[in-house]
Order: sequence, then C-alpha cells, then structure tokens
Amino acid sequence: MNHDAYDDNYIRSILNNVKSIAMVGASPVNVRPSYFAFKYLAQRGYDMIPVNPGHVGKELMGKPFVASLADIDRPIDMIDIFRNSSHIMPVVEEALKLSPPPKVIWMQLGARDDAAAEKAEAAGLKVVMNRCPKIEYGRLSSEISWMGVNSRTLSSKRAPIPTQGMRLSLNRTSFSGGQTAASDRAAKNKTETT
Amino acid sequence: MTDRLPGFSTLAVHAGAQPDPTTGARATPIYQTTSFVFNDADHAASLFGLQAFGNIYTRIGNPTNAVLEERVAALEGGTAALAVASGHAAQLVVLQQLLKPGDEIIAARKLYGGSINQFTHAFKAFGWNVAWADPDEIESFERAVTPHTKAIFIESIANPAGSITDIEAIAAVARKAGVPLIVDNTLASPYLIKPIDHGADIVVHSLTKFLGGHGNSLGGIIVDAGTFDWSKDNKYPMLSEPRPEYHGIRIQETFGNFAFAIACRVLGLRDLGPALSPFNAFMILTGIETLPLRMQKHCDNAKAVAEFLSTHSAVSAVNYAGLPGDRYNALQRKYAPKGAGAVFTFSLKGGYDAGVNLVSNLKLFSHLANVGDTRSLVIHPASTTHSQLDDAAKVKSGAAPEVVRLSIGIEDKEDLIADLDQALRA
Ligand SMILES: Cc1ncc(COP(=O)(O)O)c(C=O)c1O
Repeated sequence: MNHDAYDDNYIRSILNNVKSIAMVGASPVNVRPSYFAFKYLAQRGYDMIPVNPGHVGKELMGKPFVASLADIDRPIDMIDIFRNSSHIMPVVEEALKLSPPPKVIWMQLGARDDAAAEKAEAAGLKVVMNRCPKIEYGRLSSEISWMGVNSRTLSSKRAPIPTQGMRLSLNRTSFSGGQTAASDRAAKNKTETT
Repeated sequence: MTDRLPGFSTLAVHAGAQPDPTTGARATPIYQTTSFVFNDADHAASLFGLQAFGNIYTRIGNPTNAVLEERVAALEGGTAALAVASGHAAQLVVLQQLLKPGDEIIAARKLYGGSINQFTHAFKAFGWNVAWADPDEIESFERAVTPHTKAIFIESIANPAGSITDIEAIAAVARKAGVPLIVDNTLASPYLIKPIDHGADIVVHSLTKFLGGHGNSLGGIIVDAGTFDWSKDNKYPMLSEPRPEYHGIRIQETFGNFAFAIACRVLGLRDLGPALSPFNAFMILTGIETLPLRMQKHCDNAKAVAEFLSTHSAVSAVNYAGLPGDRYNALQRKYAPKGAGAVFTFSLKGGYDAGVNLVSNLKLFSHLANVGDTRSLVIHPASTTHSQLDDAAKVKSGAAPEVVRLSIGIEDKEDLIADLDQALRA
C-alpha cells in the first residue's frame, strides 16, 4: 500500500461503505479542525462518536463524549484519529482489541505513523494517513469546488443540491492531474527536510 | 469508474463545470448576485466560521468564479485556485499572505513593465522590498537571498521580449532558501508550460491575456501547487499562526495542501476586496474552452511571422525563442516544446523613427497596450509604455528606441505577413 498518494477509488470505497466513525481527539472547541470535520461528517449522515477523556460528561452535536474506544456500546466501522503522529500507536493497539474490530484506521492531515499502519494492515484493516475525511468527502462529491479546490473529478450529470443530512454521490470520474507531480514533490520535500 | 486520465483539451472544456443543480443548464450560468441566502442561523455561522463549504457574498466567492478557479487549478495541476479582478490584484493578494513590512522578495529583472512598477513603487510603500535578479544568470538569485527573503517571483515566458526562464534552476534556489517560488505564467498559459511540474509553489496569471484570449475581460488568478510547508519555521504567520479574524483558526493546519489558496481568499480577497465580476469569469471560462486550439495557432503564426521578419532587409534583429539561432531556443525546446508563445520583439535598422512609422503604417495590427488577444497587436515601447525612461534605462529593460513588440493573433498568417511587409516598405 502506497501511503504517499491514494487512488481515489480506495478513498471512495471507504467513505461509501463506513457508517459509524469514532473520532479520537474530537474537540468541542468550534475553531479546531476536529470540530469542523465532526460536524460536517455528522451532517453528511455518518453516525459520529466523539472520543476524548478530557470531555466526558459533555456532548458534541448532541453526541456524548466517551473516554476511550472500549467505552463505545456498538460496533464502529472507522476510527478517525485526531492526534499527533507520536500518539497514534496506542490508539491503533486499542482499536485492534475491539470485537468486532473496526474496518478502517484513518489518521488526520499531518498525522502519520507507518509502523502503526503496518500493524493495522496486518490485521486486515484499511489505513489512510495524512488526509482529512471532510476534505476527501467534499472533494469526491465536488462540494468543495465551491471554494475553488481542484476536486480532480469530472461529471456531465446534473449536480445534486446539497442539503443538511444528505449523503452526496462520490462516484464521479476521477483524474489525477492536480495530485501527482505536486504531491510527490511535497512528500519528497518533507523527507528531505526532516 | 474508468479513471482514465483526461487530456488537457478535455479539462479545458469540462474541469470545474457541471450541469446546474436546479435548472440543468449545461453552460455555466452567470451567478450575477452579490449575496446568497443562508438556510438558518447555524448554517450562516458555519459558513462565516469556515466550517462549511458554501457561498456567502461575491467578494469572498461566487459559483461562476468557482468554476473558473477549479478549471485553471486543474489545467495547471494545482490543488486549488482563487480568481481575482486582474493579474495585478493576484500579485498583490499573493504577496500580502507572505510579506510583512521590512520583508523582501527577489524578482526577475525581466518582467512585465507594470509589474516592475507595482513592485518598485506601490509595494515599496507597504514596506515590501524587492531585490532584482537576472534570470539569465541564476547565481544572481542566490546572491540576492537574505534572512528577510520571503519569496522569489519570475515569469515563465517574460514580457516583453518572450525570453524563456529556466524555472527548474530558480526553483532549486528557492528550495535551498526555504521560500516559495511564484511563477507568472501569463504569456505561456498552461498549454505551453506547467510551472508546477518544474518546481513552482504558486502560479499567477493575468487572465486578461491568453486564457480569456479575446481582449474583452480583465481577470487574474492564483493557483496553489500544494507543495510548500508554510508552518516549518514560522516564516509565514498568516498561514501558520492562529488567525484572530477567525477566532484562532490556523489556516494550514485546517486546510492542508490548499491552505495558501484559502488564505488568499479569506484573508486577502475578503479584506483587500479586488473581486472578479461573475460576468468576466463567464467570458474568461468561455475563452479557456478553446485555449489549446488558440494557443497552438498563436504559436504557429508567431513562428511564421518571426521567420519572415528575420529575413527582412529593414529588420536588424528578431528575439523569438522559437527561432533556431535564438539564445533561448534550447530553453524553449525544454520548457515549451509546443511553441514559444506569441509575444516577441524585433529591432528596426531605422531606429526610433522607423518604429514610430511602422506602427502608424500597419493596417491589420492594432496599436495598443495589451497582449494575448485573438487580434494581432503592436506597440513601440520607446514612444509609449517606456517613454518616461532615459535611453540607457530603455535599453536595459528591453525597450531600446529601435525595438517593436508584437502579440500575434489567430488571423491567417499570410495576411499578417503582408501587413508587416507593406508597413516596413511604406
Ligand atoms: C506577464 C503579465 N503579468 C501581469 C500582468 C498584469 O495583468 P492585469 O493587466 O490583468 O492586471 C500583465 C499585463 O500586461 C502581464 O503581461
């Protein structure tokens, strides 16, 4: 699995198939990226569970915070980890102990732990690193194009009118264009400077 | 899902556009409105707080402009783009994100004269300093780097003489200095050169020229390559620090590899205000649909005209990178193999007076201060755009008294050559 550049079909199949998402490190502070993503994914119809031991007793968009993955009372399809790269491994280890285990481990924009990814993949899970599910959902549905973002997709079908709580089609035709050279270079720059 | 990679011409027609959700209109509608209604108070708050995707007010974003933005981002291979009122507005908005008073930019000496003015006078008044470097001598960029350097700015094909810049060599200097490389790709268009493939971090355009292509609408655009790490050493606080305008959001942390385009929109365009009219966006979008066809014809015509002039007895020199003996020919074959563009200069044996005469004798070429129109254009810089300079300064900026600049259109090349021939004889 190449974790520098994902095929759109890989991301698409994850976002089309998962229904419940536990967000580890979710914040109730409304300027944090985790809050943005939680709210958006909830509005797009995912069953969201906020996980953060520091906020137990509070709610995020009407969903009660839980302290850890083990405290969730139902099976979860995906774990979205909003933690620094150095805090990923324990979360993945905890996720692998769940029964049934989740299908997907997703590490947020800026977060990457290749050893944790290998461990999860060895157990049969799909892994995405250094991406935001809100951005990817917005891109594949082209909803994000309202902000001038290159969705790297085309469609000649009438666009849906996005309303609250509506799932959008992610099945547009993909092209790589914007991704290839530039993101390869960004990845390369990162390795060269670290 | 086939996931075949669409070619450049397909993207030029389709990228960013989709039949209208409510009416099914296939051409992109002109959303000629200042503002957009909110669903409810929470929706409004989410939009203002940058939490949701959507429209608020046309100074910040507009659906017609968004199609243009995604299309140019796709053609350039960038992650996102922001359309603004003009090429100059694009340069202003870009530098506002990168520089604070006392900071510096290194700029190629060979730039559009208006950009030289903008950097020298208007930006100086903001406390943004410019160090000039010679794109024909890469070391001059290295020598100009100081601890205050925040960016390097070049043109891919430089106005007025059509010289080709060694983008990769200058990108290497920028990388070493830890600053982004900004490339003005106006004269090449992404059909001829895609600067991001050669190391650019930001691409800007005057859409007024070849992208719009018909001489009817001003516009500018900023393309984010998504390649630069703005948070690395806190040199770019607009992107890396909590923004008080948005209750402490950090732009790069929140928006990842299209953070620069978002900063330009929500900190630059929102507060400085040079928004593009949706009507102009529509005109430019229509122009872009035929960019590949037009650009090839522009280049083929320009080459034929340059060849004709290079053998003419009244002409002492032709600067066109597409000619085999030209000093930029090797760079042209590397960076712009499909053609050397359509803007170039040539020199007349008869000097200043011959330049003035030529311009007044031409019948098909229009005498005006623009480039990149369907129509062929001519200007004699020494008696117009550069008339305020003394002779030495004219020579240095490529506007010596005997120099004439052409922007070759998409007419029949035989007619262009015949017009030049009669004007040179008259
Ligand atoms: C290379 C180049 N960059 C920028 C500009 C400025 O663009 P605008 O006139 O759209 O502000 C021009 C205009 O002539 C140009 O030729």
